[in-house]
Amino acid sequence: MSLLEVKDLDVRFAVRGGDLTALRGISFSLDKGERLGLVGESGAGKSVAAFSILNLIARPGYIAAGQILFEGKDLAAMSERELRKIRGNRIAMIFQDPMMTLNPVLTIGTQMVEALKAHRRISTRAARDIALNKLRKVQIPSPEKRLDQYPHELSGGMRQRVIIAIALLLDPEIIIADEPTTALDVTIQAEIMALLLELCEQDNVALMLITHDLGVVSQVTQRMLVMYSGRIIEQGPTREIINDAQHPYTQGLINALPQMGEPGERLFQIPGSMPSLKNVPTGCPFHPRCGFATDQCKRRMPEYVRSGNVDVACYEVSNLIEQEKCMQEVES
Amino acid sequence: MTSQSSTLVDIRGLEKRFDLSGGLLEQISFKGGRFHRKQEAVHAINGVDLQVQKGEALCVVGESGCGKSTVARTVMGLLSPSAGEIHYDGQRIDHLDGKEVLPYRRKMQMIFQNPYASLNPRMTIQQTLEEPIRFHQPDASEPQIRDKVQDVMESVGIDPDWGSRFGHEFSGGQRQRIAIARALAVDPEFIVADEPISALDVSIQAQVLNLLMEAQESRNLTYLFITHDLAVVEHFGTRVAVMYLGRVCELADTRTLFSTPRHPYTQALLSAIPKLEDDRPNHIRLQGEVPTPVQLPSGCVFHGRCPYADDRCRQEIPQLIATDGGAQVACHAVEEGRL
Repeated sequence: MSLLEVKDLDVRFAVRGGDLTALRGISFSLDKGERLGLVGESGAGKSVAAFSILNLIARPGYIAAGQILFEGKDLAAMSERELRKIRGNRIAMIFQDPMMTLNPVLTIGTQMVEALKAHRRISTRAARDIALNKLRKVQIPSPEKRLDQYPHELSGGMRQRVIIAIALLLDPEIIIADEPTTALDVTIQAEIMALLLELCEQDNVALMLITHDLGVVSQVTQRMLVMYSGRIIEQGPTREIINDAQHPYTQGLINALPQMGEPGERLFQIPGSMPSLKNVPTGCPFHPRCGFATDQCKRRMPEYVRSGNVDVACYEVSNLIEQEKCMQEVES
Repeated sequence: MTSQSSTLVDIRGLEKRFDLSGGLLEQISFKGGRFHRKQEAVHAINGVDLQVQKGEALCVVGESGCGKSTVARTVMGLLSPSAGEIHYDGQRIDHLDGKEVLPYRRKMQMIFQNPYASLNPRMTIQQTLEEPIRFHQPDASEPQIRDKVQDVMESVGIDPDWGSRFGHEFSGGQRQRIAIARALAVDPEFIVADEPISALDVSIQAQVLNLLMEAQESRNLTYLFITHDLAVVEHFGTRVAVMYLGRVCELADTRTLFSTPRHPYTQALLSAIPKLEDDRPNHIRLQGEVPTPVQLPSGCVFHGRCPYADDRCRQEIPQLIATDGGAQVACHAVEEGRL
């Protein structure tokens, strides 16, 4: 059994003039100690997917259908009280902006002790010891001093280290990290990503990493999902997808990177932009931007087909697979 | 660069400080029976010399706080330098007053990072694009202006029929196209682009980069391109200047810089880009973080994080020195052959 299994998740936002579907038929699983990347451009629904796991989507958003099974129990059906026992404790989250996550009027120590006491019966002194330990773990210089400092006294990189220490505080099984390094500079970003990877490996913590940076996904994760307009369009082993992407969107995303083009030559570009939730095209949501689109793509969303170890939702890919099968039959 | 290339923009000994200490009364304090006057400033640029050659794309890279955007703004005249000079096509322009600088303003245009903030929300796209033409070419007739607007809209891939729409009706990529169209509307020679694609999604970044390259080719533009994204630089730049704490630490042809980075900071910066072929992070680990530009470190600004720093680096400021590879590097270790 997987540690976390999301089945056919639909998330909608109730707005004037009817519901907007932000996620449609999202299914994936996460094993113990596994590192999974969620990739997509802004508006693809990757953050909504991450937030909905802990039922953190704010009104008017709601989970319309599907299950989120954590160790066999459905988080989507749990009461707020039960969920609180899991949030921050068994499943921790790291957000993009460390300044928004830390309380500016409380010292780092107070915030860490507070988090520990919310989940464990523990003395303040013991909680401070654990906090200090975790701060050492994230390699903050002079951790004793940091406990009594306020967030504004720390640099951006240091703040994100504190956030990681807080996420690790209760030894969670899963860490969900939503663009944890986007707000940071390149060299600091590399440090933080390497740290997060090391810590997850050390303690066998599963990591769900949401990012738009394919390079980071390649360095850190073992499996990845590619999202487009609220759907997963491709998922499988990271290396396999990066080296040989199947879906035309994933291919486009990789080929559009400046490092894939010859210096000075035109870059590959995907025409148009991602549709807004208000007018998602019929059928495959990518068809208006896709070079392979046929009438079939405009009518119905394609089912997932398996190519190698990768699941892809694309008619073009499934047709190719069919053709190959036929060829093999003819040959034999 | 060929020998016939000539300098379009010449930045000489540029310095820019932002005063933090407020008015005179705020600066004065009474301590130990005496009055003290304390002045503090952010040292954003500390002596930058750069020559932008005609037709090239000179990229300035660095992390936040290195002064790259301040360089862009000072060149454009949006900020006045604390010291140093800016020359455009042989003419000094940094000390000119509003009227005298006008002819240069038409030749120099700027594209900003955030297309959500740089377009006036109360103006239609037509008005946004007409404004610079009316301002810089007061003699232009109405049909001429309309034709011009239609031309630039077509050249950036925006349907001219959308002219009556407002900025908020467009996506981020389209808005950045409009911002580019506005810069191109007065037929500039020189464009300063400050992080023009950082706010955009990956697939849109490629579209806008392609557009900027096409414009460079068809209009023979010169770019000063500010960015933190080295992958973009490798693709787009003719030459690269790497900045750290208000100083240029390395200046080289793009190919030279990426194949043989010499300065320890450039090496660390390049190694920190996550690459598709990496299975694990494999960056050069630097000590600590960028110091504050309020109290600049003595000597080489990078010495606190540099694994090769010695006593000389802590005391003496390194100057840009040409190396055999064709790059200019400001590093004592490189100069002494230690690195």
